[in-house]
Amino acid sequence: MTHETTLRAYIELRFFKPLYVILLFTMGLTGFGQMPIFKRYYIADIPGLGWLADFYATHTIHYIGAILFFGFFAYAAVVYFGLMRKRFQLTGAAYVRLAILAAIAVTGIFRVLKNLPDVVFSPLFTMVIDISHLAFMMFLVIAGVLFMVLKKGWLVEK
Amino acid sequence: MPMELSRRSFLKGSLAAACATCASQVPLPASARSKSGQELATLIDIRKCVGCEACVEACREVNDFKYPEPEKPFPRMYPKRVKAADWSGEEGREVRDRLTPYNWLTIQWATVEVDGQETELSFPRRCMHCQNPPCADLCPWGAARKLKNGITVIHSDICLGGKKCQVVCPWDIPQRQTGVGLYLDILPSLAGNGVMYKCDRCYNRIADGEIPACIEQCPEDVQIIGPREDIVKEAHRLEREEGVYIYGETENGGTNTLYVSPVPYETLNQVISKGPGQPHFDKVADQMAHADNLAKAMLIAPLAGLAAAVGRVYKATKKLGDDTGDVS
Repeated sequence: MTHETTLRAYIELRFFKPLYVILLFTMGLTGFGQMPIFKRYYIADIPGLGWLADFYATHTIHYIGAILFFGFFAYAAVVYFGLMRKRFQLTGAAYVRLAILAAIAVTGIFRVLKNLPDVVFSPLFTMVIDISHLAFMMFLVIAGVLFMVLKKGWLVEK
Repeated sequence: MPMELSRRSFLKGSLAAACATCASQVPLPASARSKSGQELATLIDIRKCVGCEACVEACREVNDFKYPEPEKPFPRMYPKRVKAADWSGEEGREVRDRLTPYNWLTIQWATVEVDGQETELSFPRRCMHCQNPPCADLCPWGAARKLKNGITVIHSDICLGGKKCQVVCPWDIPQRQTGVGLYLDILPSLAGNGVMYKCDRCYNRIADGEIPACIEQCPEDVQIIGPREDIVKEAHRLEREEGVYIYGETENGGTNTLYVSPVPYETLNQVISKGPGQPHFDKVADQMAHADNLAKAMLIAPLAGLAAAVGRVYKATKKLGDDTGDVS
């Protein structure tokens, strides 16, 4: 099967990557927007980027991004195991990415739980969750850059 | 660094314990104790306050050991738009007519008409201790946190002074002092700007079974403290029997500070001084409602993804069985 035929056969191969990159960029941007840095460093002064200094706006977009991410990964998992696994397999780099993404998702879920009314975690646990969520995102960025340089994608044909 | 942190924490803990021992030993009455982990709330009866500032002085006295002692000169901060917030001078420390890092409780005044008579009302203002506090929910470091007894505190050893808590607080309560805290040990010129301070409702005294100093020292018994359920009941009783107005029960989704007033809060809000360190009495919608609603959508999202994918796989498999081997 040629590359073109493969793309036609698995339509997901056309949109998975751009969707993943857009989602990850949005989540990273709005995640870093939870720190008071965009106003300090004039980024929110750039026309059209004023919303980056609005903590409630970035928080809402971060949540919406998480919703799309969960939907996206549920879809991707079923399509991979149901269809793509016959022809493709996940690379080692994909397993590393998935492990870090899972850590980000788990710590993020705890952050979401903490923000619900009547849910109170211990101060230490809250702090660990807050900082590890940020740290795992940094790991993902580092891993992403490294794998990009090494040209290690997600899938490899069997 | 960890040594310094732990030493500082140890000293503060010791001081807190010493202070709690030396301060008045009025115990938290049984009626004020949290039952089965319920949050504690306070009820402030504006009709009783005479504006003597005994609560302000009591607060300053018992919390003095928590106040910032900044290192000077402050680090040069970049970019230039980042300004130092300094209340540590002699004059700054004495300010009482607004909230500052050295004044966590302030008295507001309002001249209004009550039962046809011009009346001067006064009332203490401080952190409302929200039930779902945006400052604690949105603090990126976990420095602001809510305790199980309903108190929201800012940990001064962890806070970097980014002021996000003040920005997201509907009442702009936390106040910044530059030149103190953890940011000095990280990137003092490039990130952070001190520590944020606000009322911690004497959490250390509560932990020792005492009541907050502002309540204990009030000669007019303006404030009472107890399980939130009882406090809300009492506010409703006063509303029903004495025609008072309630503030704090539903503001920002509910707070652990309730006020009762002889006049509507719209009236008070029109005449009080408002601005930095001087909170308003506006109606406040639940600032974290978006997070609650979107959290529900987060539960549904994977199911939607699964359903879409199962449909896709079924269709593709069926097509594959039917004819071409093309699964698109």
